[in-house]
Amino acid sequence: MNGIHDMGGMHGFGPVVREHDEPVFHAEFERRTFALALVMMGSRRFNVDEYRRTIERMPPAQYLAASYYEKWLYAFEQLLIEKGVVARHEIDVVMAALRAGAASNGAHRAAVRANDEPQGSGAGDHNSAEMAQHENVAVGDVSRATSDETKTAHAGGDSAALSEALGGGARSLRLDQSYRPRFKPGDRVIARNLNPEGHTRLPRYARGHHGTIHRDWGVFVFPDTHAHGTGTKPQHCYAVEFGGRELWGKDHPAGERVYVDLWEDYLDFPLEVDTGEAQPRSAAARKHSSKSGKSHKPGAKSRTTKPSRRVAAKNDGRGTPNP
Amino acid sequence: MSGKHHDDHDHDHNAPESGPALRVKAIETLLVEKGLVDPKALDALVDTYENKVGPRNGARVVARAWVDPAFKASLLEDAAVAIEEVGLAAGPQGEHLTALENTATVHNMVVCTLCSCYPWPVLGLPPVWYKSAAYRSRAVSDPRGVLHEFGLDLPAGVELRVWDSSAELRYMVLPMRPAGTEHLNEEELAALVTRDSMIGTAIVAAPTAAGATK
Repeated sequence: MNGIHDMGGMHGFGPVVREHDEPVFHAEFERRTFALALVMMGSRRFNVDEYRRTIERMPPAQYLAASYYEKWLYAFEQLLIEKGVVARHEIDVVMAALRAGAASNGAHRAAVRANDEPQGSGAGDHNSAEMAQHENVAVGDVSRATSDETKTAHAGGDSAALSEALGGGARSLRLDQSYRPRFKPGDRVIARNLNPEGHTRLPRYARGHHGTIHRDWGVFVFPDTHAHGTGTKPQHCYAVEFGGRELWGKDHPAGERVYVDLWEDYLDFPLEVDTGEAQPRSAAARKHSSKSGKSHKPGAKSRTTKPSRRVAAKNDGRGTPNP
Repeated sequence: MSGKHHDDHDHDHNAPESGPALRVKAIETLLVEKGLVDPKALDALVDTYENKVGPRNGARVVARAWVDPAFKASLLEDAAVAIEEVGLAAGPQGEHLTALENTATVHNMVVCTLCSCYPWPVLGLPPVWYKSAAYRSRAVSDPRGVLHEFGLDLPAGVELRVWDSSAELRYMVLPMRPAGTEHLNEEELAALVTRDSMIGTAIVAAPTAAGATK
C-alpha cells in the first residue's frame, strides 16, 4: 500500500537525532512487547509479512506519533484478535482488573470467564485460536506445540537454537523450491509501477525506475501474497542497483547508488513496460507493448520450473519480526 | 509493577496504569492463562537481546576479518555461515546475512526504508535513530547529508552505496581497518569497532581518536 511507512525519499522529518548511551529498551512494556511478539510469531499464530502488513495499516497520524514498540504492540494486539487468539473484550476486562489492582488475586480470571459466557459467536477463544492455526497450515507445519518452542527459547542465548525455537525465523522464507530465474546479474530491469492497496515490499521511490540486477538471492516467499494468506508464491529475489540520479534526478550528486532487494514480480525487462496509455509511437512498438502486457500480469509469467542447485530450508513460510 | 506509580514520572510507559504498559500486561496475562506463552521464555528472550546480543558480536566479526584474509573471504562470500567461526550463529534477523566491504573507493551504508530491518545476530536490536522517520526517509535520497550529521564527510571520489533492506536479506558493513593499528591484536581491534561503523554511518577511528563515536 502507498502508506506512511514507505518513507524513502520523503522530506520534512528533520535531522537524524541520536541518543547518547542509548539503552536497548526504554521501558518495561517494550521488553514484554518484543518478547511476546517474537514468541507468538515463532508459534506461527501469524507470519512476519502479516505483522508488517498490520503495522502498515495503522492510521498515518498514529503511525508517526507511535514509538517503534508502540507500533509492535498495536500490530501484535490487532493480529491476536483477528486470529481469534484473544478477544478484545478479554483484553478490556483484564486491563480493567489490572487497573483496579486485582491482578494478583485472580479476580480478573473470573471476570474474563463471566464475560466469555455470552460470547456465543466466537465458540470460545481456544477454538478460534485453533482455526487460526489451521489457516496457517498453508504456509507452515503447525504440528509442534507452542510450549515446546518456548521451552527451547528459554534454554539459552544460543542464537541458532533461538532461531529454531522461534520457528525457524526468516531462514524459512528462503525456499528450496527451484525456479529458473527470469533475470540474471547484469540484466537491465525496470521496477514496475505497482500501487497495490495490499502489502508490498516494493518501495515507492524505486517504482518506474531503471536498474541493474546486481545479485540473485535465490527463491523467497512473496510477501505481497504471504501477508494476505493467499500463498507463498515462491520466486527469485534480487539485489537491484539503481543510480542516484536515476532515482532522484539529474541534479542529484554523482557517485551514489541505491541497492533494493526486489522480488521477480516487481520487475520487468525495460522493453516490456506497458503504461496502458496510448502514446504516440510506432506501430511496431505498440504491438510489442500490448503483446508483452499480457505476460506481466502477476502470476501469468511463463516461469520454468527447472531444478536448480539451490539448497535451503523448509518451505514453511515463517519468520521473525523486524518491522 | 503495580505500586510503583509515583516512581515513574520520567517513564510513564512503566506505569501499569498507562496505555501500552497496561495493555501489554493484560495481553501477557491472557496468553499465559491460555497456556500459549511461558513468562520465563519471555524473560530469557529479553535477557538475550538486552544483555547477550549486541554490536560487540559484530565487532568480533570485523576484527577477525581484519586479521584473517581467509575468514574475510568467507565472510564476504556468505556472512551467515562465516560468523559461526567466531562463535556466532545466524539467528533471528540474520539468517540471510551479507557483509559489505568498505574500501578506499567504496563506502556502504544500510537502511530499511519500509520498516526497520536490522541484522540482530551481529548488531543486536537497532537504536532509535535507525528506526526514525528522519533516517529512513533520507538515507536513500540524501545519504551524504545524513553522514554529515554523523560527522562523516566522505572524500570526493568515494562511491556511496546505500542498501535498503527491503527483503529478508540483512546487511552489515565491514569497515576499513584504520591506519596505525598494525600492532594491535584481534581483541584490541574489536574494541575499536563501533556499531555505527557497521551500519555505515561512521568509519572506524584510529586508536588515538577511539571512543569519540558510538
